Amino acid sequence: MILYTARRLVGAAGILLVICALTFAVFYLMPADPAQGACGKACSPERIAQIRATLGLDQPLPTQFAAYLGGIVAGRTYGSLECGFPCLGFSFQTNQPVWDALTSRLPTSVSIAAGAALLWLLVGCTAGVVAALRRGTVWDRAAMIAALGGVSLPIYLTALLSQYVLVVQLGWLPYPREVALTDDPVGWFQSMLMPWCTLAMLYAGVYARITRSEVLENLGRDYVRTARAKGLPEVTVLRRHALRPALMPVVTIFGMDLGALLGGALITESVYGLPGVGKLAADAINSADQPVILGVTLFAAAFVVLANVAVDLVYALLDPRVRTV
Amino acid sequence: MSLLSVRGLTVDFPSGVRAVDGLDLDVEAGRVLGVVGESGSGKSVTSLAVLGLLRNARVSGEIRFAGQDLLSLGPKAMRALRGDRMAMVFQDPLSCLNPYYPVAFQIAEAYRAHRRASRKAAHALAVSMLERVGIPEARRRARSYPHEFSGGMRQRVMIAMALCLEPDLLVADEPTTALDVTVQAQVLDLLRDLRERSGTAIMLITHDMGVVAGLADDVVVMHGGKRVEAGPVREVFHSPVTAYTRGLLDCVPRVDGPLPHRLPTVEVP
Amino acid sequence: MSLLETTDLVKRYPVRHRLTRRRIGEVSAVDGVDLAVDRGETLGLVGESGCGKSTVGRLLTRLDTPTSGTVRFDGRDIGPLREDELRPVRRDLQIVFQDPFSSLNPRHTVRQLLSAPFRYQGLEPTEPVEDLLKRVGLKPEHASRYPHEFSGGQAQRIGIARALALRPRLVLCDEPVSALDVSVQAQILNLLRDLQDELGLSYVFIAHDLGAVRQVSTRVAVMYLGVVVESADRDALFGRAAHPYTHALLSAVPVPNPDVERGRERIVLRGDPPSPLNPPSGCRFRTRCPKAADVCAVERPVLREIAPGHRVACHFPEERTP
Repeated sequence: MILYTARRLVGAAGILLVICALTFAVFYLMPADPAQGACGKACSPERIAQIRATLGLDQPLPTQFAAYLGGIVAGRTYGSLECGFPCLGFSFQTNQPVWDALTSRLPTSVSIAAGAALLWLLVGCTAGVVAALRRGTVWDRAAMIAALGGVSLPIYLTALLSQYVLVVQLGWLPYPREVALTDDPVGWFQSMLMPWCTLAMLYAGVYARITRSEVLENLGRDYVRTARAKGLPEVTVLRRHALRPALMPVVTIFGMDLGALLGGALITESVYGLPGVGKLAADAINSADQPVILGVTLFAAAFVVLANVAVDLVYALLDPRVRTV
Repeated sequence: MSLLSVRGLTVDFPSGVRAVDGLDLDVEAGRVLGVVGESGSGKSVTSLAVLGLLRNARVSGEIRFAGQDLLSLGPKAMRALRGDRMAMVFQDPLSCLNPYYPVAFQIAEAYRAHRRASRKAAHALAVSMLERVGIPEARRRARSYPHEFSGGMRQRVMIAMALCLEPDLLVADEPTTALDVTVQAQVLDLLRDLRERSGTAIMLITHDMGVVAGLADDVVVMHGGKRVEAGPVREVFHSPVTAYTRGLLDCVPRVDGPLPHRLPTVEVP
Repeated sequence: MSLLETTDLVKRYPVRHRLTRRRIGEVSAVDGVDLAVDRGETLGLVGESGCGKSTVGRLLTRLDTPTSGTVRFDGRDIGPLREDELRPVRRDLQIVFQDPFSSLNPRHTVRQLLSAPFRYQGLEPTEPVEDLLKRVGLKPEHASRYPHEFSGGQAQRIGIARALALRPRLVLCDEPVSALDVSVQAQILNLLRDLQDELGLSYVFIAHDLGAVRQVSTRVAVMYLGVVVESADRDALFGRAAHPYTHALLSAVPVPNPDVERGRERIVLRGDPPSPLNPPSGCRFRTRCPKAADVCAVERPVLREIAPGHRVACHFPEERTP
């Protein structure tokens, strides 16, 4: 198992390397000149040449890529400018190290993702289970229509609409802003509530549908019939023999969804103006801040890849059939 | 009085299919009743109806078990009987055991559904049941999962589970059909042995006339949801009354006896 | 010369770790099998699940490529042939599968199903679909129906008709009746027999049901864990079995006669067949054999002839009772 974990992590590093190379290639194949971007609008040719040398843009592409990778693992210098480990370069816009920009915005993204995830798991799975157990009733139909609604409404619409109604019209909630949980728990909760609900609505719909179909499939399994034949109380039959196996696939997609969200909820953060990783990405794209785009891409990819490894490990723990060779 | 007495059992499914149509049968205490028929004869549906495991079906007629009318019992009273006084073994032991739990847990669970017992005591009982059905190294194997057992061993686990509360009636639905013939012989031996030692009555559902010949005392032949013929096994096998039973007996290619160029075929009643 | 002949046929499959997909061993599904089928005869191949009989079937029909050894059909080694070179061979070598429904495309009518072999071979149909249907006991009007409209037995008849469409010389039947009810089994076994009488077909009949094998076979080979342990003419095998495994198999089959069934001596084998991943040394059957001795663990018994046409791989074959 330990060997397996190690192998998976090496594999994950390999995938990240490929993603890194691809993003790097796109970065330098874009028509925009990075040196021009770093310098700003009115810039003399001498200055550009100087920046070129500092950023290493005069070197061949493989050398640049090697230097970039070296920076990530050991830090590097741009001329006299020190860029500590792990170095993802400096933002053209703010001159802040990209790594610092990412880590300073991570708590906001994590707050949004974790709260929303909790909410959608609770709502989605409960709705799915209820719909499956009350199959064909009003409950089932209502849950599935709601789920369809959640899935099909675009997030920018629900986000803007909720903000307009709850904040502007009714004034029940303040405008979402960046609040640290430790400073002002109530303010944090109030700020996060709308982003949570908006995101959770989308995912809860998906989860409700998956949970429902998995539970239904499991209810028809032979071992559920065996459990009834043993004379187990119906509650035990459902909980132990129908629900637990049904939630296995939910674990899989949950890991991946959460991994992807930790890398930033782009639309949600942008609409509510919350300074998370997603907002950082959106701003960087608008201003063609290439080191930041590259950094965010890698950062988000790392979360997804690691989430994948985590899901497989959890699966091996939960399913005895995967555990044994 | 019979242990199990079924009178005029009729099972209708919502699709309009009448799977069982006015069936009568009796299982005497401590005896083995073979219920034979081909697919669609209603034999499996009958077994599920006896244990009250049919969902979405209309069951009418009378099923009396140890004097109680099962069809008038509430779900709670029915649940108390299931697994305790009457238990069931199914055809495919792999799909019938939950892959997520160790086998001893699944046996202990059946025990604890009906008797007060600590987890430890129930586990110990499960291990002794596994020993009793002939699982080698039962103590160690108890914590294994179903997929780590062979087909024959899984069916032994199912039998251990069904017998852990010493039921009066064991309903076995094609218990050896999914097994290889040498393993089938082992499981049939086990059933024969258990029945001699515990006196549990068995309702054996099968399509295999040979299995009935080896294990059953009495036999009911079913076709199209109806009883075609019934009687003590020797009588029915040696002098069947109906052409259908005779056909079922003759159409099976045998490993002994004379070899016909073409097999006789069955006349459907 | 036999129509179909195999020499030292071997098939190994790599075994990979569930998670890492690393190769951790090999299963020898078939380990040195010699078989021969003559024109107009039926070779029954019998054994329990995992004995390799179905793998042999796949190798005989080149659905799978042997790891080593040869498969000669009509004198020609078909083992190394490419797919385009196999095409004319397939005309003579057809298959009937266990599950008739999963081997018939549900979206095609019977007419389409039965003319597909000709299309694949680029031939003009030689026999109207209606005649083909009549030959297997179906009605001409069945041609326009779809597979789901048929019962299991009827669907298997369609499977047989499809195999016969190209007028093959050999048909491989892989558990053709085990998914069917006993009364339908009898009809299909009779049909196979009639077609053989009529068309002079050769069959390889793979089954776990010894009764069915006895009913249709002229010769029988018994397999255990990838090897043939005994082969003989039908009457010799069922009447004078020499291998302890064959004996155990025969004694395990329940006979539909209460007096015989309760009175006879039964050899009940202990345990399950060992894993083909790690087969026992020497004789593969020794772990379950009631006659096993020290030599069995050391020396692998070879198939040797104990009577004309009767070969057995055992250090201690049963005495022949004439």
